Amino acid sequence: MSETSQSIVLETTRRILADRADPQTINAARDESYKAPLWQALEESGLTLAWVPEEFGGIGASMIDGFDILRIAGQYAAPVPLSETLLAGWLLAASGQTCLDGPMTVAPVRHRDRITLQGDGRLAGTAKSVPFASDAKTIVVLAEGDGRTVIAMVDPADCVIAPRPHDMGSERADITFQATKPIGLADLRDGADRQSAAIIGAAARATQMTGALETCLAIGAQYTQERNAFGRPIAKFQAVQQNLAQLTGEVAASLAATGSAADTLENERDNQQAVFLEVAAAKIRVGEAARDGMAIAHQVHGAIGFTSEYVLQRYTRALMGWRDDFGDESQWAVQLGNLVAENGEDQLWPMLTTR
Amino acid sequence: MQTVINFDPLRLPPETRALREEVRAFIAEEVAAGTFQPAKGLDGESFNREFSRKVGARGWIGMTWPKKYGGHERSFLDRYVVTEEFRSVTAPTWAHFVADRQSGPVIMKYAPEELKLEILPRICKGELAFCIGMSEPGSGSDLFAASSKAERLNDGWKLNGTKIWTSNAHQSDYMIGLFRTSPATKENRRHGLTQFLINMKWDGITTNPIYQMTGRHDFNEVVFENVHVPDTHLLGEVDGAWKQATAELAYERSGPERFLETLYVLTALIKLLGEKPETREAEGIGRLVAQLHALRRMSVSVAGMLEQGKEPVLEASIVKDVGTLWEQQIPARARELAAFAERTSANNPDFDEIVEFASLQAPKFTIQGGTTEILRGIIARGLGLR
Repeated sequence: MSETSQSIVLETTRRILADRADPQTINAARDESYKAPLWQALEESGLTLAWVPEEFGGIGASMIDGFDILRIAGQYAAPVPLSETLLAGWLLAASGQTCLDGPMTVAPVRHRDRITLQGDGRLAGTAKSVPFASDAKTIVVLAEGDGRTVIAMVDPADCVIAPRPHDMGSERADITFQATKPIGLADLRDGADRQSAAIIGAAARATQMTGALETCLAIGAQYTQERNAFGRPIAKFQAVQQNLAQLTGEVAASLAATGSAADTLENERDNQQAVFLEVAAAKIRVGEAARDGMAIAHQVHGAIGFTSEYVLQRYTRALMGWRDDFGDESQWAVQLGNLVAENGEDQLWPMLTTR
Repeated sequence: MQTVINFDPLRLPPETRALREEVRAFIAEEVAAGTFQPAKGLDGESFNREFSRKVGARGWIGMTWPKKYGGHERSFLDRYVVTEEFRSVTAPTWAHFVADRQSGPVIMKYAPEELKLEILPRICKGELAFCIGMSEPGSGSDLFAASSKAERLNDGWKLNGTKIWTSNAHQSDYMIGLFRTSPATKENRRHGLTQFLINMKWDGITTNPIYQMTGRHDFNEVVFENVHVPDTHLLGEVDGAWKQATAELAYERSGPERFLETLYVLTALIKLLGEKPETREAEGIGRLVAQLHALRRMSVSVAGMLEQGKEPVLEASIVKDVGTLWEQQIPARARELAAFAERTSANNPDFDEIVEFASLQAPKFTIQGGTTEILRGIIARGLGLR
């Protein structure tokens, strides 16, 4: 993709979300009437199917375009399944299936959850904490059985959706499949497998979290300049400055790690070890950044920060949910650590310096 | 939603690959010849003039400088690759490192032409070692509170005062020193300091060693008693040093030396824990490697900005802040992760000694070249908070 079209995707996403998904407005909304027009604008612009090639109904944008969308979606804690649909589109394309219209979500997202493909072609299992499960027109499921890894499309009416306690920003639900007959089903192909799906999922989440952390920093910096105490904005106090500087470091590490991962997925897709290192490192590092970053963002906001009426909690909830999706920091760290150990200490530096 | 900071990804150009292999081959030769030992990490601050001459002969000092000054007109990214390869093995680059990183660029910008032609090519050959005369007993972080004096004479200046924490002053050929030529003004508290190029052999300069708790002698106190400096050795504007420092900082602060100083400890840890570590140990390694990788991507990104001609002072300060804290924590984290691993002659009998040495080195990482507290003030200013 040329630089121009990359910028177009980024600017379009930003424009639509700025116009229709302002976090303060969403947070104060009394009903969900903002959702449909927001979704329509996103869908009409093609952003929702950015990672789907044209032959399968998408716009065939680059990996980097998609990550730009995800980062902006994270910046806004977008209240519709933009990122979920993007991911679902990737999975469907990776299994050679055409997308259906409307919002989609991906299941499972939690590392321990497994959906089984039974001998009769039906699905069984529970996927916990799936974002926007109740908003999706199609649930895209990664299932395993019989030596196969498949991507299935499921009608939400055919499964049991139990919303989790209302958590603003990602509206998660547990989905139970009981001999569920999918609408469509196909094997992941061209070498894609459960791990590749986990890699794309983890990369997506790390990017979303990065966007969210950027906003935590922006609103923290803004709030502390507006809030006065002891005759001056609290931003003038060194202790507050130190905290925000530390948060800045976490945002910086996140930007660098996820930007690099996106670049690798765009330009070195076939280099499995490079892709694994970049994505695992990003998911781990951004998960840690989220842990420390959320704490700092709340601290600089004082009491107003942990109320439901203030916008920060949309980000806190989003970050907490995303960091547990597609493998948490510990799970990825064990994998990465084992790889490094197996390769031996002399290979660490060469592994890090391929780019 | 404004974007506060940028760390756009940069992939090092494919041409740097060949350079990297060259440097690795050179390092392998030197290690085989016994010049230094990467595993122990003791040589990172070693002063080895012969090694520096060899590095200079390969064209790896003054890499980005104009050829007329002995440089090689190569890119920042080429220099980055050479720097990080040497750092990764704690090669003994100390005799040329300071000159290459900051003293040379200052001379190039502010010295008279004859001096540039005399000194810069010698730096590039690895023949000259420099030290930095900034901190004093009464001023460190508060650089512009320096009080060592330079008094005007007919044909130059007379220096009196004391500099401290001056690494390798006892072995250096030159110092770039900051001296007070005028009092600070109300409008500009940073006014009044001037940079001078000082020949360490001049009369009146006494160097006294300061030993660190590692037992090593790197730091010194340097006393100036009526030291005569000719006019030719004034660098830049009288009273104008405050204008001359900032660009340096971006370049200096973001480099790979700011997070690779304890890589040898991480390497020793991985060796100790073996090919099949326990889950806890594997997780620990994975987290450390992820953090290191992220730091390197940050640093490479800044190198990319420098290559584009930008002056990313904010981003460079962030890299140094996060990087130095990380490298400082490595000995403690390695110690924790190694707690249940058996020490055998095969996996690294020296591990505990390595950790001990690194632990004694560690406090200075967040103090040298700009303390954490100062860096965070710079970052806060970059956020618009100050």
